Amino acid sequence: MPVTVIGGYLGSGKTTLVNHLLRNANGRRLAILVNEFGELPIDADLIEADDGDVISLTGGCVCCSYGNDLMMALMDMAKMEPRPDHIILETSGVALPGAIAGSVSLLNDYVLDGILVLADAGNIEERANDKYMSDTILRQLADADIVLLNKTDLIEEEQKGSLVDWLREKSGAASILETQNSILPIEIALQSFTHDDGFSADRSTHSTSQFETKFYSFSAPTQTQALAQELAGLSQIVRAKGFVPNENGKLKTLQLVGQRFEITPAPENVEAGLVVIGVKPLPDLSHALTGI
Amino acid sequence: MTTIYRAKKIITMNPARPVATHVAVRDGRILGAGSLAELEGWGDYTLDERFSDKVIMPGLVEGHSHAMEGTLWRYTYLGYFDRMDPNGKVWSGLDNIEGVLERLKEADAKLEDPDTPLPGWSLDPIYFNNERVTREDLDKVSTTRPVGIMHASGHILNVNSKALELAGLLKTGLNNPGVPLGKDGLPTGELKGPDVMTPVGMHVGFDRDMLACDEQGLVDFAKLCVRSGVTTATDLAARLPDDAVDMMSRVTARENYPARIVPLRFHHGVTPQELIAHVLELKKKTSDRLRLGMIKVVVDGSIQGFSARLRWPGYYNGAENGLWYISPEHLQDIINSSLEHNIHIHTHTNGDEATELVLDCMEEGLLKHPSRDHRFTLQHCQLADASQFRRMRKLGMCVNLFANHHFYWGDEHYNLTVGPERAERMNACATALENDVPMAIHSDAPITPLGPLFTAWCAVNRLTASGRTQGEAEKIDVDEALYAITLGAAYTLKLDGEVGSIETGKRADFAVLEDDPESVGGDKLKDVAVWGTVQDGRIFPASEL
Ligand SMILES: [Zn+2]
Repeated sequence: MPVTVIGGYLGSGKTTLVNHLLRNANGRRLAILVNEFGELPIDADLIEADDGDVISLTGGCVCCSYGNDLMMALMDMAKMEPRPDHIILETSGVALPGAIAGSVSLLNDYVLDGILVLADAGNIEERANDKYMSDTILRQLADADIVLLNKTDLIEEEQKGSLVDWLREKSGAASILETQNSILPIEIALQSFTHDDGFSADRSTHSTSQFETKFYSFSAPTQTQALAQELAGLSQIVRAKGFVPNENGKLKTLQLVGQRFEITPAPENVEAGLVVIGVKPLPDLSHALTGI
Repeated sequence: MTTIYRAKKIITMNPARPVATHVAVRDGRILGAGSLAELEGWGDYTLDERFSDKVIMPGLVEGHSHAMEGTLWRYTYLGYFDRMDPNGKVWSGLDNIEGVLERLKEADAKLEDPDTPLPGWSLDPIYFNNERVTREDLDKVSTTRPVGIMHASGHILNVNSKALELAGLLKTGLNNPGVPLGKDGLPTGELKGPDVMTPVGMHVGFDRDMLACDEQGLVDFAKLCVRSGVTTATDLAARLPDDAVDMMSRVTARENYPARIVPLRFHHGVTPQELIAHVLELKKKTSDRLRLGMIKVVVDGSIQGFSARLRWPGYYNGAENGLWYISPEHLQDIINSSLEHNIHIHTHTNGDEATELVLDCMEEGLLKHPSRDHRFTLQHCQLADASQFRRMRKLGMCVNLFANHHFYWGDEHYNLTVGPERAERMNACATALENDVPMAIHSDAPITPLGPLFTAWCAVNRLTASGRTQGEAEKIDVDEALYAITLGAAYTLKLDGEVGSIETGKRADFAVLEDDPESVGGDKLKDVAVWGTVQDGRIFPASEL
């Protein structure tokens, strides 16, 4: 079962993200593992039954707390029938997500897909200077495959620029995605970052990676076919995946590997957004993406 | 019905009459200590002379132990030091890997089913030049059954090939700092850290049921208490679900259960609100021999596991700083709510940065909820410096220092973890007392053996296993050490009005000794023989357990 680890300090929006993913599960049976229930006040309308250890959620999703015994909880979950399609492991605010991911990778029933670390745009730099929490926060950022710079509505545009630069320095090769209210398409949140040779607990191989991932959102229609052809023509781009609004404003699924791409109707209830993975530095794609 | 016991000497811990020859007991409580003539005034009595050649002192109080030690003794003991099991058998210490394998083979021969797991415990390779036990070594014990050895520190597990195979880890390509690999690219069988240990541990018998204390374990733990003169012991800590509490209530209520157990509720896995609500419920279930209603909060890891949080300049060998097990916000929340509801907290901090955080949170919490007598206790608190002890005093906190650690891992701390200067001030008993911080000392059994007289010896002599005196300035004297293992520890549990001294009105809890700890000399405290205990007036000779 694929596992995505969601880390980040208290108040960074982990809970909101988990609720958002549950709402947009689109038939995926998600299993949410949280350090403690209290950190996850799951929106009441998503809860179908609460029998103490396991909360049943709409769409066949479940939520369990693991306290200090993550490995036992994961081993219990592997026995669950029916099997969840994807595990979302929300860490405690002080946990190091890389270490947790390293442990997950020891269990044969699981594959690590990626580590998403949330950063509250309003206070991440302050937190990173905290007397007690500084190194913990920095280690969390360094562990990330994606840093979700959240609550960007709370800061000024130029402040955001320097914050992104700072995060880039602290988080190595992680892609930095900006959001408000933890809104991130589920396909991007739960994408796989694992290398073919399996997950490396030593994140340094990742941080020296020559690849870069970028996330684009769309506010206007695009010429989807032309966009795909342009991306396919750029040798730096290795993969692209997401949902793109076409000329009529209809969302299409765009999947691209190397020079091959496929455009198909998008499933319902997905959000527009495209993740592009390629060799650093990715070219400026804004003209192709801004649409008609 | 009054019984007057005559003893060779009674050490009372009551400064008004520090020694006596007789103690009168009625209904499990002490009428008084003094001369026979003085006690005759209480009316009809039976004179019991069985202790007339013994020394009696207040029943010893272990302020930081885990009842799990009782359970561990069902597994094969592989430690470097001689250690007594609940039945009084002394297992000789093992000083090389061959000896360890030999003892495991003996245990293996007693098992009929070739698949039954074989767990051992208390291995400490630092005493054999850090030579590691490998998968291949343990394969010599068995290739059919999973074999696993837990280290004394509790942070490392060594297993055989079968155990790795059952956990699906006998393969190449693993890349995890907790799983060292051999030249063949396969795991060496050493597993470091709880997350790495768990998936393999469950196959060798170290599963979650074992780590919680079960019924037999609780009974065996009490036997160890009797053998070490302990009449009150903490179980620090557990989740305390209803079925475990029911079991503990039932077992401790038995007519012949010889100890008072004080289990603390672990903070993990629930929100502060749920934690407080649970503990308030637990308080209602408290009984004479099962005292419920306290909380333990774990703030950081351990020093020898490099997971304790240290202040600058950190670890001597340059290791990265340790791990927080709770956020400052969460800790503050638990402290505030506990002060508000008058719930007693003990915090686990090993590193001085973790201690500093607790002090900061206490300062903040007490501004919101002033409390005259909270007695929140810093457990382990191994690296606190003088300024931190001064803050503890001002904030009304107590400390329970890990005196035994100094003996078992003091050399390691000196050479590797914190370096010479801080190793010498570790577990700073003298500084605590100098600053009037109420102090206890502990074993953290099963990490080190339950035995407050040994713990007192450690605090008085500060010898390391290699025989060096480490931290002359932090030695305390015998009286101070004996106080720490009786009234000192009782005070940290708010039980000093009931136990910890032999005086009118208190529980008839005694440690019955063959020698006089006040006169044998500080260097021989650990050799003081324990005859048994009296608990709530009930007599428990160690020889008849
Ligand atoms: Zn402990």
